[in-house]
Amino acid sequence: MVTGKNERFDTGSGQLTGFIVRYRGRFALGLSCVVLTNAIALSAPWVLKHAVDDLQASVTGGKLRFYAWLILAIAAAGGVARFAMRSVIIGASRAIEYDIRNTFFAHLQRLPLAYFHANRTGDLMSRATNDLSAVRMMAGPAMMYATSTALTFVIALAVMASINLRLTLMAMLPLPFVTLSSRYFGRLIHQRFERIQAQLSNLSAVTQEALAGVRVIRAYRQEGHELQRFRRANEEYVERNRVLIRLQGIYYPSMGLFMGLSELLVLWLGSRAVIEGEMTVGSLVAFNAYLAMLAWPMIAFGWVTNLVQRGRASWGRIREVLDVAPAIDDAAVTYPDLRIADLHGAVEFRDLTFAYAGQPVLAGVSLRIEAGQTVAFVGRTGSGKSTLLALLARLHDPAPGAVLIDGIDVRAMPLATLRGALGFVPQEPFLFSTTLADNVGFGRGGSEPDLAAVTEVAATARLDADVADLPSGYQTRIGERGITLSGGQKQRTAIARALYLDPPILILDDALSAVDTQTEAEILDRLRTVRRGRTTLLVSHRISTVRDADRIVVLESGRIAEQGRHDELIARSGFYAALHRQQLLEAELAASN
Amino acid sequence: MQDEEVLGKAYDARLMRRLLVYLRPYWRPVLIALTAILAGAALQLVPPWLTLQVIDVHIPARDFNGLRVIGALYLATLLAEFLLEFIQASTLQMTGQRIMFDLRTQIYAHLQRIDVRFYDRNPVGRLMTRVTTDVDALNELFTSGVVSVFGDVFALIAIMTAMVMLDWRLALIAFVVIPLIVLVTQWFRVHVRQTYRDVRVWIARINAFLQEHISGVSTVQLFRREAQSFADFDAINVAHMQANVRSIFYYAVFYPAIEILGAVATALILWYGGGEVIQGSLTLGTLVAFIQYSNRFFRPIQDLSEKFNVLQGAMASSERIFQLLDTPVAVQSAAPGRSGGSGRADTGTIAFEQVWFAYNDDDFVLRDVSFTVEPGQRIGIVGATGAGKTTVINLLLRFYDVTRGRITIDGVDIRELPLDDVRARFGLVLQDVHLFSGTIAANVRLGNSDIGDDDVRRVLQAVNAAPFVEALGGIETAVVERGATLSVGQKQLLSFARALAFDPPVLVLDEATSSIDTETEVLIRDALTTLMHGRTTIAIAHRLSTIQDMDRILVFHKGALRESGRHQELVAQRGLYHRLYELQFARD
Repeated sequence: MVTGKNERFDTGSGQLTGFIVRYRGRFALGLSCVVLTNAIALSAPWVLKHAVDDLQASVTGGKLRFYAWLILAIAAAGGVARFAMRSVIIGASRAIEYDIRNTFFAHLQRLPLAYFHANRTGDLMSRATNDLSAVRMMAGPAMMYATSTALTFVIALAVMASINLRLTLMAMLPLPFVTLSSRYFGRLIHQRFERIQAQLSNLSAVTQEALAGVRVIRAYRQEGHELQRFRRANEEYVERNRVLIRLQGIYYPSMGLFMGLSELLVLWLGSRAVIEGEMTVGSLVAFNAYLAMLAWPMIAFGWVTNLVQRGRASWGRIREVLDVAPAIDDAAVTYPDLRIADLHGAVEFRDLTFAYAGQPVLAGVSLRIEAGQTVAFVGRTGSGKSTLLALLARLHDPAPGAVLIDGIDVRAMPLATLRGALGFVPQEPFLFSTTLADNVGFGRGGSEPDLAAVTEVAATARLDADVADLPSGYQTRIGERGITLSGGQKQRTAIARALYLDPPILILDDALSAVDTQTEAEILDRLRTVRRGRTTLLVSHRISTVRDADRIVVLESGRIAEQGRHDELIARSGFYAALHRQQLLEAELAASN
Repeated sequence: MQDEEVLGKAYDARLMRRLLVYLRPYWRPVLIALTAILAGAALQLVPPWLTLQVIDVHIPARDFNGLRVIGALYLATLLAEFLLEFIQASTLQMTGQRIMFDLRTQIYAHLQRIDVRFYDRNPVGRLMTRVTTDVDALNELFTSGVVSVFGDVFALIAIMTAMVMLDWRLALIAFVVIPLIVLVTQWFRVHVRQTYRDVRVWIARINAFLQEHISGVSTVQLFRREAQSFADFDAINVAHMQANVRSIFYYAVFYPAIEILGAVATALILWYGGGEVIQGSLTLGTLVAFIQYSNRFFRPIQDLSEKFNVLQGAMASSERIFQLLDTPVAVQSAAPGRSGGSGRADTGTIAFEQVWFAYNDDDFVLRDVSFTVEPGQRIGIVGATGAGKTTVINLLLRFYDVTRGRITIDGVDIRELPLDDVRARFGLVLQDVHLFSGTIAANVRLGNSDIGDDDVRRVLQAVNAAPFVEALGGIETAVVERGATLSVGQKQLLSFARALAFDPPVLVLDEATSSIDTETEVLIRDALTTLMHGRTTIAIAHRLSTIQDMDRILVFHKGALRESGRHQELVAQRGLYHRLYELQFARD
């Protein structure tokens, strides 16, 4: 299961048949088991017939024992075949389910941030579990029963035709209705099921959000309202199911009805034929017995149609996700061999213009940053600081304009190289519910985090003192299943996580906002030592954070309003100078109180 | 597996009884379905009888008219069967849906009142599995299982009776295999139950993993962690598949085993009965009939075991669901009426009286904390991380109950007040602002329909959020899940608007002013003044500048309340507060 992981990881979306073809050997084996199972099952009555015929003549006890053993032997062989059939085909369907789920997850990981803003988590989760389960039912059990059914159908029909061709044709009269009704109902079931699955997704999303926001809901006493919201979604789900249940309630018995009509035709026309001397009573009875063998396949046919329609509807929903082209990929790469070590860290924003959801965020920003410089960005909320940094990391792609590192367009270098060269600390850090060490060493690839390195970067990020107080040190679990970190601790963990990579370019997107000024100063001091000669881009609202930067860039409404060193900007008496005055005043006020 | 420890041996009968309780409100449709099943079963006997009539009576008599009558009867039977099956299937399945609805609502309602502590330990993804996947597994039980079991048992008894009446000795020979069937079924039951449990555990893990990694997808991408995350996911996915494959093995053995046992019975009948036929003590017709009966005898058994599978899956799911529903709610609301029933709750004097609190066992995060907040006072809480500041808020809003001591409002223990009355006093603004997908207006008023659009606009205006909301396109602008497209400052302002809209007598702020740019912070401080106006305020902040003008400042250290007083007093004391204060402003 573990080998060939990378190969699977790279596999793109593709048709469902692609996944089935991957297991064609198993399916071929499984389907031959189906044939074998049916052949063996059909031979048992034949032995019984001979035994009864022999009993009618006279027979020895030895012969009787032989028949008894034969029946057992056939049953044993049938058992083995059935065992093989189930384990191979159902096993293969589980393997396909596993493959699709892996592909789905791998694909999600390649989709850009914007996609996750537009799609709810619960919805995506529902597709990866509930819909996938319907697809598996189609690829496994439905396929098994369909083959088995078709086989029984053909054999029984052949035997019937050999008894009486005319009667067989008569018996087949209701068949076109079966086809018509399965087509009609199949289409409806498909549509209804799609609607049901969509509602199930919605239900999941409603649940997910409410559970994630439980504190707010409790604090504002919205439990009742949330319950109402859930009940509505739940009610709608039941309502959509009701329609499908009605359809199925008509469709399944209709198969039995058509079958019964066949039997009726045979009985009626057959007995007339007997009366008119065209047929013996024995033949009629035998004919009826074989017709009865068709009953199960007919009913199974209805069931299989249902499974297939559900599977197709769900597959469509999974495809919807798989077919989304990862907007940010390596399609335009012209330096495929570029490695992280090749990058020095000179950054250039060239005439960047960017709009988010119709709102212009950046307007013609151009800026060159030498390798090794520390550049700070300040400006009001919404002035475009974070967007600028997100564009550097290709969380979004710029259009028009370009972002370059060492003169190379970021779109022209492999995404892995680009992001590997960046240590990104976002505004709101997301930590995973695992150990602190795992979180700090998050970018390490497959290996265990190097504890010495973790300790070192944690010291730089001033996380060390906090960790000393934790019950299991760096092995303490955090998040959903562990302890809850404060906002400042989260930010410092995120800084350590970025430093762990020792990246040529470090990006701090307002990453010290929840850290007190004293600790912040210490972190900045240590960063200066550790990161000598490396590029650092930082966003902050505090003058204390940015004052020592090589250059400070003031953004206003998506444009660069001022730039220069601290002293130069103070002298210009613009936005920065005003900001400085304001914060100075505050500090003085605070001190004089 | 350690996080969802596999459950101890529970008793099917007890689970079953508990599940049947959910059927009770729907006894009418269940009765209808049951009647339809029995009537349908009876009708199935009609066509063979009609065939018998044709062969024994009408064909020898060459009675064409009689044939027509038989044909008409046959057709009528078919239509009746069709109708009965439709009634049976749709009532049963609809009942199943109604029961699922009830169960889902019950689980969800329970999740809405279960202790917040519970969420600390259970990932959201796992809880979602309970509400959706597990409930759906139970659905099968109601649609294809429980009720039709009666039909099978009915058939089984009828066939056994017929066999005994035909020839009791031969019947006993055939019944020899029954103990074997019991043994095989027992083996199957034990193993499949275990694999089903495993499957449930792994599907919950898959959900939890997906939930976390979809939420944190940009972090994964930025740190090029895709391959490793994929490998982690793959490990869970493989374990889920393997658990399923194990269950396939038991199925694949069980079905053929039952079939082979059926063949054993046939062979025994043929061998022993055949001998009797030779000796002339048994007629051939009886032997043939007997073999047919024994074949029919195994069909309901196979059918029953098929339902048994469904039952296994449902049992594994119901165990988990009931486990969740049985999780006791420690934080219980007192019966309404204690507060005097004055519509809007008054501020009251809030007092912590020798409060001790531990999240786990004896690991106390609050130690012997006592303080009083008079109506209209503004209280600031400071202290290092882990000093217990957030815990104070958690206890005040009864997210948790105190371990020792008590918290009172006007002298009444908050545990003796209705939960709603307690929480109605407080407007909570958390550091991590949680926004729901929906509109800006919906996020401000949450579910409170008393807050109209004009109110929403008014509070947005009051907290300085109106300009950016207008720029985005007004209060009906869509907000995505977690408010991912808004900036931290914007979210902060929206959470203020929310608090103001609910107009609580007491404002509770948790580090609410820590991560915003100066410009916005001025807006926010301004908004805060509006928000605090005429309200008791309890605020936590790292930055002293925001709480200096508080009426009283409480300094927490390692779970204990160490200092308390006005800013100047505390600075003059030259204690903890003074040190914190110096640390903050040392650089400037």
